[in-house]
Amino acid sequence: MSDPGKLNTSSSELDLDRPNIEDYLPSGASIHEPHGQLRLRDLLDISPTLTEAAGAIIDDSFTRCFKSNPPEPWNWNVYLFPLWCCGVVVRYGILFPVRVIVLTIGWIIFLSAYIPVHVLLKGHDKLRKKIERYLVELICSFFVASWTGVVKYHGPRPSMRPKQVFVSNHTSMIDFIVLEQMTPFAVIMQKHPGWVGLLQSTILDSLGCIWFNRSEAKDRETVAKKLRDHVQGSDNNPLLIFPEGTCVNNHYTVMFKKGAFELGCTVCPIAVKYNKIFVDAFWNSRKQSFTMHLLQLMTSWAVVCDVWYLEPQTLKPGETAIEFAERVRDIISVRAGLKKVPWDGYLKYSRPSPKHRELKQQSFAETILRRLEER
Amino acid sequence: MGNSSSMLTQYDIEEVQGHCNHAFSQQEIVSLYQRFCQLDRSSGGFISADEFLSVPEFAVNPLAQRLLRTVDGLNFKEFVAFLSAFSPRATLQQKIEFIFKLYDSDGKGSVSYKDILDVLRDLTGHFISEEQREQVLKQVLEEAGYRKDSSLVFADFVKILGNPGLKMEVEVPVD
Repeated sequence: MSDPGKLNTSSSELDLDRPNIEDYLPSGASIHEPHGQLRLRDLLDISPTLTEAAGAIIDDSFTRCFKSNPPEPWNWNVYLFPLWCCGVVVRYGILFPVRVIVLTIGWIIFLSAYIPVHVLLKGHDKLRKKIERYLVELICSFFVASWTGVVKYHGPRPSMRPKQVFVSNHTSMIDFIVLEQMTPFAVIMQKHPGWVGLLQSTILDSLGCIWFNRSEAKDRETVAKKLRDHVQGSDNNPLLIFPEGTCVNNHYTVMFKKGAFELGCTVCPIAVKYNKIFVDAFWNSRKQSFTMHLLQLMTSWAVVCDVWYLEPQTLKPGETAIEFAERVRDIISVRAGLKKVPWDGYLKYSRPSPKHRELKQQSFAETILRRLEER
Repeated sequence: MGNSSSMLTQYDIEEVQGHCNHAFSQQEIVSLYQRFCQLDRSSGGFISADEFLSVPEFAVNPLAQRLLRTVDGLNFKEFVAFLSAFSPRATLQQKIEFIFKLYDSDGKGSVSYKDILDVLRDLTGHFISEEQREQVLKQVLEEAGYRKDSSLVFADFVKILGNPGLKMEVEVPVD
């Protein structure tokens, strides 16, 4: 989807979103332990910096966030292999067609109700909204049924009231479907191409969802404005935001964008954890289209996941939006058992800003200057 | 069934091991191969500068651009050979050679005052002024018995960096 030729360093506006990344990165200062006189060796020895570079090439925490992990093979022995073969036949030969039929029926019911409601009830906005909400919940339940979703919801179900936003970690677009079947959230999402985009602009629009294109800076302002308007209305659907801004493989959380945390609303964290026993629910949008992703889910035995609605949080006095975002990320990560990494998920699409390199340069420069003075 | 390690045969692995002076064990080669495939997004059989820079932890490294001049467009064998300097099994000589080559930008086998200054500029950016940088370098060079116009050869590097050795090791994760 992204064009590598178009990559550029992220704008300074994006930088504001970042927590202090330097807290997480190994700092140059601790490696060049400074004492004694500055000698030629100290200037020539670039091994610490090189070691860091080689370490990043061999293994790095950013790439790990977006790595799809294949399920553990268990079918290796002579007893289990025939069983696995039977499983394949059942999954592809029986389960899959049944699920396609279920989904088709779902769509027929949904469309045959939705279109008349949408067209005929033009004057009665309140009633129309209510029915449409119900119908979207219904079609989402059909979707969940089409992968035999075994979803366990913990905690109180979200209620509709003004001035609150829900934030959740993001693994795949199916997070949205799983959450939507319980509550008709209005969601902020990347605009997708293809049939998903069509659904977004027609049906989901009626829920008050907001679409944007993450590469367009202009969209950021409009989204921010729409967000503020949306949370004020009492009859609007509760707002759901995936502050990571990109799908992560459900083992890690990347940095939360601060947008959701500076609306002056109560933030209700939601943690979603998938059990990978049957299928990996991570949508690797670089490798797979959403259709392929759905097919993969529909040919597996089941999608098992846990959803926790967590304690609502408010901005503490003296806390910045970024600190608030990090606190909420902590809560979600702990609940869902995810590891935190200091990276901005948008780095999938752009390069880190030179600021981070400069920090390393600064610490090295300071060491040299200090040791020079010690003479 | 079937995983990516089966794509490398024993012969392939041995050949790669030969290429890097047996700096890595067979399992490590397999791990490195998986990593190589992961970094090689375009599946072209080599890793371009752009693909290296897609690793943020690498992109923020002050020496990233300099390293990229040596590592741009590596195939798997070259990739392993490049990393072999960071193996615990690599000799001190090999590690120093790696550093020396990075300094020696024109590949003539000697490092001039200007070469060192260039690397120092990469490392310190605009946090030290150009004059100050030159002054510092001149001073330490003279203290070590060199002059501004003398060029350092590999033997000098061994003398300067060889004692008490270098800590330049990266562990390859093996599963």
